[in-house]
Amino acid sequence: MIELALRPGPALGPPSRGYSDHVRVHGPLPTIDARLVETLEQSHLLGRGGAAFPVGAKWKAVLSQKQTPVILANGAEGEPLSDKDRFLVETRPHLLIDGALAAGWALGAGRVVFYLDGRSIPSFRRALDERTDASGFAVSIVRAPHRFIAGEETAAIHCVNDNLALPLTKPPRPYQRGVAGQPTLVQNVESLAYAGLIARYGAEWFRNLGAGESPGSLLITLSGAVHTPGVTEVPAGTSVGEVIDGMGGYPGHPSAILLGGYFGGWIDARLARDLPLDPISLRARGVALGCGVIHVLPEGACGVAETAKVIEYLASESARQCGPCVFGLRALADVMTALASGEAGSEDLGLIQRWSGDIRGRGACAHPDGAASFLQSALHTFPDAFRVHQARLRCATCS
Amino acid sequence: MFLTPAAEEGDRHVLIDRIKCDGHGLCAELLPELIRLDDWGYPIIEPGPVPADLLGHARRAINACPVLALRLARLAT
Amino acid sequence: MNDQVLWYATRGAGMMSLILLSTVVVLGILSHARFGTRSWPRFVTPALHRNLSLLAVVIVTIHVVTAITDPFTHLGVVAAVVPFGSYYRTFWLGLGTLSGELALAVIATSLVRPWLGRFTWKAIHFSSYPLWIMAVAHSLGTGSDASAMWMEAIAVLCVAGVTGATAWRVLIFAGDPVGLGRGQARRNFGGTAQ
Repeated sequence: MIELALRPGPALGPPSRGYSDHVRVHGPLPTIDARLVETLEQSHLLGRGGAAFPVGAKWKAVLSQKQTPVILANGAEGEPLSDKDRFLVETRPHLLIDGALAAGWALGAGRVVFYLDGRSIPSFRRALDERTDASGFAVSIVRAPHRFIAGEETAAIHCVNDNLALPLTKPPRPYQRGVAGQPTLVQNVESLAYAGLIARYGAEWFRNLGAGESPGSLLITLSGAVHTPGVTEVPAGTSVGEVIDGMGGYPGHPSAILLGGYFGGWIDARLARDLPLDPISLRARGVALGCGVIHVLPEGACGVAETAKVIEYLASESARQCGPCVFGLRALADVMTALASGEAGSEDLGLIQRWSGDIRGRGACAHPDGAASFLQSALHTFPDAFRVHQARLRCATCS
Repeated sequence: MFLTPAAEEGDRHVLIDRIKCDGHGLCAELLPELIRLDDWGYPIIEPGPVPADLLGHARRAINACPVLALRLARLAT
Repeated sequence: MNDQVLWYATRGAGMMSLILLSTVVVLGILSHARFGTRSWPRFVTPALHRNLSLLAVVIVTIHVVTAITDPFTHLGVVAAVVPFGSYYRTFWLGLGTLSGELALAVIATSLVRPWLGRFTWKAIHFSSYPLWIMAVAHSLGTGSDASAMWMEAIAVLCVAGVTGATAWRVLIFAGDPVGLGRGQARRNFGGTAQ
């Protein structure tokens, strides 16, 4: 979807030109043991798969289990607007491998699985073949199907175990039982890449990469009505506006920006510009960084129509295992489509509120929750457009 | 589930496996105080511990589930 | 006088067993179909199904015990336990024995259901259909009242009930009645090892 390559930022360095070049640029990996876990806790590195869960705490949970763990590097990247994981895997595979091996050594794992988008696998395999230091582990690559939910933790595990990327019931959580019934660290590829760098340069180095109080740096996918879409690395705490302007800005005056992808939400463009890209600060403002997508809605686009398309997509991407998700998202998508095409029923806004409330927390995974939050953000950001459509008038854009 | 009586007292919650659940709705008939059905026949369970006077009814509701999607447990699990 | 009692008990219990078993099968089908009305809550259907099946076990036991303790039948424990192990009406009686043992398997697996896989339980539970057919054949083949009008009427009602319910289940309530689409998703969500 996005053709431009990752722009080098503060930490990830230039694109890979083979393993020996990688060692020349970054230095060799130090000897790694369980002490890396505490270093990660001190670094305040947060998971980059969307949940922003502290990486050190996650590794600690796996370490607390008695059985030998498995490392699962999650590069499925089901979010269609996001490209950061694919570009990381394709242009800097050795950073990912460093991080995955570091996790293996720190946690005493016997097996490392790379769960990747099919397009990235050929080049990644070439990089993996160069790594003699991986010989202590049973390493494998599993192709993730091209589905939105394929990157969910238990879906990844399920796919590695039984070739079906469908979420599983929790408990047990992955750190308790996952691949082959063993405690499993399911970690996003970007998180692992940073973990590998922290293993080299330390916690303080990482914290200092950020702007202000925010620690570290992170990858952002910029898309939509912008001059130069692409993936870029920015210091955490950089504002949305700074990122967009740094990549060439956008034409005109868009009304809204989608932050975090379909698992994030719409924000008014003027408000969005000032938001710092730091998961903690954003959460405090009721907004999510998610997988780091910044998507700019073109000027004049209709928020109701765009939202209807997204909900329809999310409904069609259901794993179809839980009633509230299958029927709830279908009902919401149908109502949104009717609203968007000027055929609103008088009860529609009430139904949207009730159904989005009803489906929260009632699936085996967070898919219905994500859709409900997305829908809430749309109602909050496009109140006028919704009012117009509810009155069965089409707004200027839609007619 | 076919339950064995617990060894100690403790807060018990009705937990559901959302994947197994097929919307039969028998649980809502037998424990309407804590379980109601959404627009599509799937259970919405009141969060929080089961009041002691409803524990017997909760067990009956759990045993009635044709797909064994419900269980009574302390939240630590 | 004593033997007559046993003889009548065997036949009576046998007839009751057939009626109960047929009712249980129909209730099982209705449970799957989520049968319920305003005055018949849905939980009653599987609950009645379960309770009647346990009652049926008791009645069948009476039927078997009275049959083998009756001195006139010359049936021993072997006939009750080994299918087709009796000398008297070997085939038809054997069907009854087999049917009874399958029923025990169905009930035993249902009692330990939480510890069995969903597939195992379901597979054994489906043997209820051949089990019922064998029970009907047994009662018509060995039953001493088989030719009596009232026995034939009962048999017709039982057969009509079960075949009607089964036909309805297969033709109208088959596949994915709720419309969840699980099978469709499983086809679309596969990855591959490399």
